[in-house]
Amino acid sequence: MAVTAPAFETIPAPATSARKRRYTEDQVPFGKVLVRMVAGLIVLLVFILPYVIMFFGSVKTKAQIRSVDPTYFPTEWHWENYINMWSTPETPLVQNLISTIIISVFATLLVLLVAMPAAYYTARMQFPGRMVFLFLVIVTQMLQPAVLTSGLFRQFVTLGMIDTWAAMIFINAAFNLSFAVWIMHSFFAGIPKEVDEAAQIDGAGRLTVLFRINLPLVWPGIVTAIVFTFVACWNEFAASLVILSTAGNQPLSVALTKFVGQYETSWHYVFGVSIVAIIPVVILFMIIEKRLVGGLTAGSVK
Amino acid sequence: MSTTTDASSIPEAGAAERRPRSGGPAGTDAAKPRKGGRELLASLPWIGPALILIFGVVLFPAVVMFYNSTRDISISGLDKGSVGFDNYIEVFTFPYFWPIFGRTIVWVVVVVAATVVISLGLAQILNKAFPGRRIVRLAVIIPWAASVVMTTMVVYYGLEPYFGIINKFLVDVGLIATPEGYGWTRNPETAFAWSIVVAVFVSLPFTTYTILAGLATVPGDVLEAAKMDGAGPVRTYFNVVLPQLRGALSVAVLINIINVFNSLPILKVMTGSIPGYDADTIMTMIFKYIQNQHKVDVASALSVVAFLIVIVIVAVYVKVVKPMKEV
Repeated sequence: MAVTAPAFETIPAPATSARKRRYTEDQVPFGKVLVRMVAGLIVLLVFILPYVIMFFGSVKTKAQIRSVDPTYFPTEWHWENYINMWSTPETPLVQNLISTIIISVFATLLVLLVAMPAAYYTARMQFPGRMVFLFLVIVTQMLQPAVLTSGLFRQFVTLGMIDTWAAMIFINAAFNLSFAVWIMHSFFAGIPKEVDEAAQIDGAGRLTVLFRINLPLVWPGIVTAIVFTFVACWNEFAASLVILSTAGNQPLSVALTKFVGQYETSWHYVFGVSIVAIIPVVILFMIIEKRLVGGLTAGSVK
Repeated sequence: MSTTTDASSIPEAGAAERRPRSGGPAGTDAAKPRKGGRELLASLPWIGPALILIFGVVLFPAVVMFYNSTRDISISGLDKGSVGFDNYIEVFTFPYFWPIFGRTIVWVVVVVAATVVISLGLAQILNKAFPGRRIVRLAVIIPWAASVVMTTMVVYYGLEPYFGIINKFLVDVGLIATPEGYGWTRNPETAFAWSIVVAVFVSLPFTTYTILAGLATVPGDVLEAAKMDGAGPVRTYFNVVLPQLRGALSVAVLINIINVFNSLPILKVMTGSIPGYDADTIMTMIFKYIQNQHKVDVASALSVVAFLIVIVIVAVYVKVVKPMKEV
């Protein structure tokens, strides 16, 4: 520990974890750092490239974006696209945006409401069927709507719920539930049981313990679950494609595909809408950057 | 409502939980069956809603799908009775089925293999300390969070003849002779190849982050020991670091296999407007049966085939990764 201390100070960001320090145990020569920075810059450019193309396209006019001699950079900045795009004739984009928001928000709320008690109880209590339940959770975490779409389609036709937001809220909630249970379970399990027991000795009921004592401690896990669920619902495509047939009910992911293969696609509007749809979820993911992996593979990567 | 039952079951449940962890399950077996029913009942208010959602919207549709795969369902959705395995026969005797099956394997193997190899390199870069690393790491997240449909659409536009920006770039650097382009998105083979590129691109963030988490578990003193023994960076990587990544890699590979196998939007956008079945995988074929041909019964039969493949992958996942071991 003491040996590594001087080198530690050269790291720009105070990354404190001992594991992260190991590549900087010796003074890294400037040339090496430069090579790393160049490599990092290339990675950065590659990963933002499609979204930069998207952004540049979104401020071009239709004539410019469909020009036979296109320019890499926009020559004029047509910000009015961001207002005009909502009234394009291909699909009711305002309704599509509202659909996306409503389905994602309510599916996320439903997941929280259902997953939290299950995660808490399975982390705290031993009961017959607990392992069966957790196994069920693991298996459903691996299933995605795409492979079950034909079953879902028939089921919601029979229930008279085809082409409704409610159907998509249930589908999104059900397929993201397992993940939320799993991540919250691991957070609840991390709280020492003595904390609960002390509260119970003081006369607190199970629900009081859950909401007053545990919730503040597992807050990071809940945020992770909320973000993952919300982003997954926001981008869901396969089930929405089949369940929602009315243009106004469809989320943006499905609505935008209608532009492809048209005689004169309004690409500038497609990209404007894409930018608007992508920014919020990217910010959400960046907020939980540190827990992204622990989230998706909860418990399996040590 | 449930406070009274809870209050009575807390001490017993608490006691029951402590024993299996320290002493092993053998000792508690005798006491369990008597209280089992009551404990299960007490758990229902907590796990019941989750069970309803899992059974109602995940497992029951699977049953519906299996059932429908043996029925004759008209275009209007009317169930006209059982047809035995006729739908399966239609799936397997479809002249394009085996090419589609083979293409699905190519799709999964190529995308996952390329993703893992590139991610190993990316993780090495992102694991080194350099100014601005955090910004690079954040940029890598973008394709993970962004809608796959939208990411694919920008590539599709880029490949368009004349006005596509990727096409223009390829002309400018001399890889293509004319701005008319190669018809990237018009030919099934090239559209499929570009779909693979997009699929790799959107799979990189998750894979890279998983490998980064794995790299964080490589003990520093082991690396130092390898260095002292005179191992160069290449040898250290293959003999010391890579074996340590086994766990992270198996998670990444299996989750990627499932995601790529289930992937619909990339191929739907890139190859959806090409007539015929020369760029389809099992997943896009299911949706062609549902949407274009309105054959939910045949779609169900093919979905059952896909479902069984997924179940096998999940079984491998549970066996290899052992996600239950920490419960």
